[in-house]
Amino acid sequence: MKKVFGRPEALTDVPTHYCPGCTHGIIHRLIAEVIDELGVCEKTIGISPVGCAVLAYDYFNCDFVEASHGRAPAVATGIKRTLPDSVVFCYQGDGDLASIGAAEIVHAATRGEKITVIFVNNAIYGMTGGQMAPTTLPGQRTTTSPRGRDVESAGHPIRVAELLSSLSGVAYISRVSATSPANVTKAKRAVRKAFETQIEGKGFSLVEFLSTCPINWGMSPLEAMKWIDDKMSLYYPLGDYTRVPEVG
Amino acid sequence: MGEKVLMKGNEAIAEAAILAGCRHFFGYPITPQNEIPEYMSRRMPEVGGVFLQAESEVAGSNMVYGAACAGARVMTTSSSPGISLMQEAISYMAGAELPCVLVNIVRGGPGLGGIQGSQADYFQATKGGGHGDYRLIVLAPASVQELMDLTITAFDLADMYRIPVMILGDAILGQMMEPVIPGRRGKADLPPKTWATVGAKMRPKNVITSLSLDPAKLEQHNFDLGKKYNKIADEQVRYKTYMTDDAETLLVAYGTCARISQAAVDMARERGLRVGLFRPVSLWPFPYEALQLAAEESLRVLTVEMSLGQMVEDVRLAILGSKPVRFYGRTGGMTPTPREVLEEIERIVEEGI
Ligand SMILES: Cc1ncc(C[n+]2csc(CCOP(=O)(O)OP(=O)(O)O)c2C)c(N)n1
Ligand code: SF4
Repeated sequence: MKKVFGRPEALTDVPTHYCPGCTHGIIHRLIAEVIDELGVCEKTIGISPVGCAVLAYDYFNCDFVEASHGRAPAVATGIKRTLPDSVVFCYQGDGDLASIGAAEIVHAATRGEKITVIFVNNAIYGMTGGQMAPTTLPGQRTTTSPRGRDVESAGHPIRVAELLSSLSGVAYISRVSATSPANVTKAKRAVRKAFETQIEGKGFSLVEFLSTCPINWGMSPLEAMKWIDDKMSLYYPLGDYTRVPEVG
Repeated sequence: MGEKVLMKGNEAIAEAAILAGCRHFFGYPITPQNEIPEYMSRRMPEVGGVFLQAESEVAGSNMVYGAACAGARVMTTSSSPGISLMQEAISYMAGAELPCVLVNIVRGGPGLGGIQGSQADYFQATKGGGHGDYRLIVLAPASVQELMDLTITAFDLADMYRIPVMILGDAILGQMMEPVIPGRRGKADLPPKTWATVGAKMRPKNVITSLSLDPAKLEQHNFDLGKKYNKIADEQVRYKTYMTDDAETLLVAYGTCARISQAAVDMARERGLRVGLFRPVSLWPFPYEALQLAAEESLRVLTVEMSLGQMVEDVRLAILGSKPVRFYGRTGGMTPTPREVLEEIERIVEEGI
């Protein structure tokens, strides 16, 4: 009988440490499926962030490097410029990418580094216990915005896909979620497109996932999925943000 | 042996890296070392290498981290404020045991400081700089030829021990022009980089990380690093001596200050004073034993630095109170003259210490 559902080869056979209802695990799976489908596991180098996904290297079957907080795009640049035929992807949270690593992501994107970034936006600092993130929604309560994010003093959340889409080095950007089977299918298509963009040498590619953090949001897994659909995706609309770079 | 060519110190470092087989350079402009990235931006494309101007020293040093992971011979260069920004990546590279070459063309500090030569980054280079229990190999050239030769050596040492190696120069050495004989890539028998993350083809995956959440494992990793550092301390001590055999007054100085001190030794000898110079070339590992031996017959030690007194702490550790250790320094970008050093020698000889 033909096996229709199993563990992708690019994933290791170990249980992850992610909390119940956290979509980090689904995102790992989608990346691994795409790596398998493209047949590039042997030439893929992943870069894990500082954040809940720091141990991503335990879950993938390809070579992996752990970067310091926010620097994954710089580390990826060093690797890709050394091994231009490899497939290099960064896996980064919102604190990692949009706060401490804001400079590194912007410059890797504008240089058109031929890397793929999987950006996991859960609107909070998961690993350190639920502090405010650069993507925390206005009014959202966190341990460092206990009365809800006040944009007057804490500033406004960053829309990463929109921000980066203005840069000419960017060849593909999309924002997706994993809140329903239909959304997962779309998300996988986006991840695949991002990897293909890199492999075809077109430039920088990024997929932003709106992702759950039920533990730190104080919600059940189902409530968390619903919060993405009802709240997060209003501030962060899903879809394709690739702009054709202007010429001249 | 090649023909002698006239080169600026900074250019000698850049060309030495090329000669050593370095094909990846990441850096960010800062005076007084701009000749290095400028030279690299010209030269790397000629040899099929990569030059990339990073958006900051934070990014540049993390690009070095990435290239080192991918098995490249890689270098970055900067000056004091930029080296401060690199401490994160340096600590990570020390933890993950990645080879690379770092160059600090030191300028006066603290803060933005100035752009003239200084030796005030000795502590940062030799005592840590970043967080955690780690060491760098730190080499201190004192001429353009040595900038060339020690840069080539630095690449071999980095690969041999899987460790970041720092060349500690200063603005004067970087800007100085001297004739040099171009060096050659060393013939060191270097271990293959089987640990590099170049794609898991026909082998289990490689992972490069400095994370270890289990304290017992992290302690073991630190013990292993410690063993490596002890081995380096046994094998890689470098120093030079000048007229130390009968010296009653022993000067200790490195880099630019060693040149100045050597001139002061000559002037003192002309006046019949028995003065010699001990010059540490490896600042880490510091030549404690060799210095102790060299100082055995002397009456007093004078350390000369372009700082408020940093290396002098290691000199005191070497001498262990067996004789007086005096310090003479200029700082903030000021350079002592040989005459000033001579006057200091005469003062302490007269005082009878
Ligand atoms: C230089 C530095 N600063 C702070 C930290 C602490 N820290 C670890 S993870 C993290 C935030 C991670 O949040 P995010 O990137 O959103 O990822 P998540 O955990 O939510 O997946 C912080 C601040 C660190 N490890 N290093
Ligand atoms: S803390 Fe949040 S982001 Fe981290 S694993 Fe748990 S649910 Fe996921």
